[in-house]
Amino acid sequence: MHSAIGPATYRGLAVLGVLLLVVPWVAPNAYILNLATLWLTNLLLVASLNLLMGYAGQISLAHGAFYGIGAYVSGVLGAKYGISPWIGLPVSLAVTGLVALVVGWPTLRLKGHYLAMATLGFNAIASVLFVELRDWTGGPNGLVNIPPYVLFGWKLDSDRVFFYFTLVVTFGCLVLLLNLLDSRAGRALRALSTAEIGAECMGIDVHWHKLLVFVVSAMFAALAGCLYAHHNAFVSPESFDFGVSVMLVVMVALGGTGHWWGAFFGALIYTALPELLRSVGDLEMLVFGVSLVLVLLFFPRGLGGALDWVLARFGRGRAEGGAR
Amino acid sequence: MQVDSALLLQLAFGGIATGSIYALVALGFNVVFKSTDAINFAQGEWVMAGGMMAAWLHQQFAWPLLAIVPLAVACVALLGLASERLSVYPLSQPSPMAITLVTIGFAIATKAIIMLTLGKMPMSLPSFSGTQSIMIGGASVQPQALWIVGLLLATMAAVHVFFERTVIGKAMKAAAADREAAALVGINVARTVMWAFMIAAAAGAIAGIIITPMTLTSFSAGTVLGFKGFSAAMLGGLGSLPGALVGGLLLGLLEAFSAAFISSAYKDAVAFVVLLLVLFFRPAGLLGRAQVQKV
Repeated sequence: MHSAIGPATYRGLAVLGVLLLVVPWVAPNAYILNLATLWLTNLLLVASLNLLMGYAGQISLAHGAFYGIGAYVSGVLGAKYGISPWIGLPVSLAVTGLVALVVGWPTLRLKGHYLAMATLGFNAIASVLFVELRDWTGGPNGLVNIPPYVLFGWKLDSDRVFFYFTLVVTFGCLVLLLNLLDSRAGRALRALSTAEIGAECMGIDVHWHKLLVFVVSAMFAALAGCLYAHHNAFVSPESFDFGVSVMLVVMVALGGTGHWWGAFFGALIYTALPELLRSVGDLEMLVFGVSLVLVLLFFPRGLGGALDWVLARFGRGRAEGGAR
Repeated sequence: MQVDSALLLQLAFGGIATGSIYALVALGFNVVFKSTDAINFAQGEWVMAGGMMAAWLHQQFAWPLLAIVPLAVACVALLGLASERLSVYPLSQPSPMAITLVTIGFAIATKAIIMLTLGKMPMSLPSFSGTQSIMIGGASVQPQALWIVGLLLATMAAVHVFFERTVIGKAMKAAAADREAAALVGINVARTVMWAFMIAAAAGAIAGIIITPMTLTSFSAGTVLGFKGFSAAMLGGLGSLPGALVGGLLLGLLEAFSAAFISSAYKDAVAFVVLLLVLFFRPAGLLGRAQVQKV
């Protein structure tokens, strides 16, 4: 079910991180560079949801809401109360984590898709609050004048600088995720995703571990929200609605549920899709729907699984060539 | 606001009419959930497809409603059948999660097909029997609301008879209770899944058609109705047929009364807070039974 996690994964991440360092110098224009930054933010969203879907076997339909709570808490503190985004960040992570705990604690005890149902309702409530708490959020028109991050008196608001900042934060988080999966808790998670009852018999507290994954993944989404809000300087409710949550679930599946590198593909599609939709028009929605079904039919393990298959074939070809 | 019995009655009538629509959509969710354990994201799009199809037929051919309604329902049922055969049936590992994700795919595709073929303009149908309001206890009721409630009850009864009296219906119940055991006694489990998708699509289409005279419809109307119907299904208990009725009506009434007495902006939030509370305290829904799992 899961791609193996080991030293090679860390090495792969390090190589990718170094390669990405050149992006601001080769990107032809600011538009592409900002898309690359958005891709990194989305990577954080998809990778954290992948953690929940792949390792706790649960679907959350409120990842968009957690992303939004992260963005709004830090954004409102900055825009309305002049509080530094560096303080807004931990506050919004704490608030989101607490909310996730309240939603997850009762529902994750139950077998089946109760988390999916509870989070679906929760996302709807969050969307109403983003619109109706006008004094804080600015209502349907959105929240404006969100201040940028400032580091030692140096504003992180140029496209190039913010790309590097996002790169460091995202890859730092990915290393944290890898460490989590490689730890005692991570092994427990992998055990419970393959055989829940078996894991419980081995003394693994299934409820606690699922809750841990849910809260951690919500907090990563909130972090992505902070990055988004303070880079964009503006947030509006439709960026965090139910449709966003569903699309994020789709992106995890397209990349490959439980596949470490799958999240990179999922985030890529999620970032590129709206741009493609804008330029090609109506037919694109049909193409997207049909290709989603086709990928799920022919690559049940997503694009990440397809990549493994190609690599395995390629690798075998090489080994046979060497033996000859 | 002056609260009198006429106002309360008026709100109750409105709530019941909307709630009946939710109940029909919830019925569709429940049939598929019972058969596959999956959440069918295409349900709302089928509601929209039913309304759009009927409105288009009416606009093009001006046939009587008696001909248009069954034809539109049949078309959408075929759409449900085709979706199942083309995407759920060929799945190599039909886990609930895989089926759920596939239905997101065909929800998007259905919406796109309707948009490309029937256009982006909102469409309407005439009321089934005029728009002259009927006064009951000081509150006015649209005749269409009576049609909605009547057709809901008729559909519920038909589905009940189908599950209790027909061989296919009984096979579907057996397959839902235990797939392996049903397969062992010779039931074609894959075919019961196909029937579930067809019934769900038909129920959705009926809901979409009967609401269109009151609200208009367009290609983008499906998502919200699907969302509400799913909430109603959860409220009543996923997989329970009486649960769909109770959940749908309750959600409709909750929305109507909270819009009047709390705030129309918060009516969705109130409905979902109740939903979360039900999930927390009675996770199997109001009428659902908790599943006991044996190892």
